[in-house]
Amino acid sequence: MAWLTEFGAIAAMQAFNGLSVFCVLLLMALGLAIIFGQMGVINMAHGEFLTVGAYTTYVLSGLTLHYAPSLQPYYFFLAIVVAFVIAGALGWLVEWAMISRLYHRPLDTLLATWGLSLVMQQALRSIFGAREVSAELPEWLMGSFSLTDAIDIPRNGLFTVAVTLLLTGGLFLLLFRSRWGLHVRATMQNRVMSRAVGIDTRRVDRMTFALGCGVAGVAGAVFTTIGSTGPTAGSLYIVDTFLTVVFGGAASLLGTIASAFAIAQTQSISEFFMSGSMAKVLTLSAVILILLLRPQGLFASKVRK
Amino acid sequence: MMTVLDKYLGGRQGTLGLLVLALLVLVVFPLVLDAFRLNMVGKYLTYAFVAVGLVLCWGYGGILSLGQGVFFGLGGYCMAMFLKLEASDPLSTKIQTTPGIPDFMDWNQITELPAMWQPFHSFGFTVAAVVGVPVVLAWVIGLALFKRRVGDVYFSIVTQAIALILTVLIVGQQGLTGGVNGITDLKTLLGWDIRTDQAKYLLYFANAGLLLGCIVLGKFILASKLGRLLLAMRDKEERVRFSGYDVSSFKVFVFCLAAAFSAIGGAMFTLQVGFMSPSFVGIVPSIEMVIFAAVGGRLSLLGAVYGTLLVNFGKTYFSESFPELWLYLMGGLFIVVVMYLPNGLAGVWAKHGPRLWAWRRARAAKAAALEVQP
Repeated sequence: MAWLTEFGAIAAMQAFNGLSVFCVLLLMALGLAIIFGQMGVINMAHGEFLTVGAYTTYVLSGLTLHYAPSLQPYYFFLAIVVAFVIAGALGWLVEWAMISRLYHRPLDTLLATWGLSLVMQQALRSIFGAREVSAELPEWLMGSFSLTDAIDIPRNGLFTVAVTLLLTGGLFLLLFRSRWGLHVRATMQNRVMSRAVGIDTRRVDRMTFALGCGVAGVAGAVFTTIGSTGPTAGSLYIVDTFLTVVFGGAASLLGTIASAFAIAQTQSISEFFMSGSMAKVLTLSAVILILLLRPQGLFASKVRK
Repeated sequence: MMTVLDKYLGGRQGTLGLLVLALLVLVVFPLVLDAFRLNMVGKYLTYAFVAVGLVLCWGYGGILSLGQGVFFGLGGYCMAMFLKLEASDPLSTKIQTTPGIPDFMDWNQITELPAMWQPFHSFGFTVAAVVGVPVVLAWVIGLALFKRRVGDVYFSIVTQAIALILTVLIVGQQGLTGGVNGITDLKTLLGWDIRTDQAKYLLYFANAGLLLGCIVLGKFILASKLGRLLLAMRDKEERVRFSGYDVSSFKVFVFCLAAAFSAIGGAMFTLQVGFMSPSFVGIVPSIEMVIFAAVGGRLSLLGAVYGTLLVNFGKTYFSESFPELWLYLMGGLFIVVVMYLPNGLAGVWAKHGPRLWAWRRARAAKAAALEVQP
């Protein structure tokens, strides 16, 4: 029976591995699901907002280590909040300066935000250098829980899962159970009508965009627990993230979750059998193929356009 | 004769513009620049093929493909495979474990030429494949997406993902494709050494001639009823559909045409530069080529060429002198052009060009009048 327990252990580790890939993907996609899915704005600089969040965490970890070493175990919670605020504020500015002038030209938004991403990357490189940096993690995020001899669950993975759950739940409540979420959904469905009933749609646009960017910042903060940060870290994932949102059916938050899960599991299971790059090719090709057959994505919105 | 020219080359002004470009590319550059710089311009002109294709499919057809690098790369790789096979004859590769196969295959412990490579021994097949492979791929993608009326934005994202997939695939399959380094050490084309200065001059002229041919073809298409339909589709797709036209077929056609142009550019790139690598396939080069077209003017075939040349000259100059600044400039260029100059340089020229002429003419007339008076 030894092989059975071994198999079970491998399966459990593999499942958890898939789960953390899922959380990472979902964290990235959540912000985009708001910006692209709800607002229809293609923000190619989304990855850079994530990087901004990651660098914020890095800076904060350095500051706490220098000025208040005793608070070191707890700084990470503060870092998440600060990353949200900074990335969100930056998003607010970007919406004000660029996006708000391009709402009627979606393809041009894509190009302009690509330009923005180049500028942000170079700015981050000028400030922090081209080398990858990593934040000093608190003790409680390192190491792993050993459930049995064969199964190790890494703590940072568990933390990622917890943050993802909280953030997703929070966004659900905000978008579907709050007054503000109602305004957002109304504006996205029919801008003119919403304005007619007294919703300040410009403000809603700005805040929604800022919220999406803030969520990307949180994702960046969480990322520092998993890997190191470089100026181009965010841009590496931008295509995967867009595909996740499109695959899920752009206007559906539930679809984004389902598609992140499907993509992550395919990726991590096929990685078990083949090289990483081929697993990626296989996953992305499968997504593209399904999109060719079903362009509206997994969960199509029922809104008539 | 004149009416034909008027109709298909855009009237007197269009013909004049084309002649000026031909003069610049075929006479001025070869006279002014040395062999090295001319080769560099030749490289830029291969990107201009892509930009010209983008003017047709993005500017006029309204389809923004973020995967033109895929077609550029496929064309280039087809040509590179032929040249590589010619360069790795058994005699010059006799130190390898398996002589007669490309060196990178030998390094990857491959002992037999893969089936995918076999047909590339034939030059005829290669020429057909340079255009054929990208066009078939574009046709499949276009058919699948346009027949289902996928929106513009989705199309852009899917093409971008395809660019990513192809890059990862090429890098991952080192034994088949040469991996990250690409296919290098290309020497001869049908026994003709392509590395000499003389060959480079000849290839430059062939390249420039092909580019001008593509532009003329593009002008011809835009002047025809098809061009009118493309414009109509971009502006009011539903109305064209309700008039009884099969909108998706036109979109597929113009997408395939852009792919074919890009592929020719890719093949000429391989011939002039002497290698092909995945760094010309991926997301970044694909989107850079869009900015070439955008800077030149998305509605101007000639503008696309000038845009390509300008951005590339700028890139070479700034990344040599101020590498830090270049990305700021490039990013800023994206933002400024898209937000404030949606029709690029050609738009600026169309708006201020005639006025400039009028102003100069008026000044000349005034000067003449002043001379006469006393």
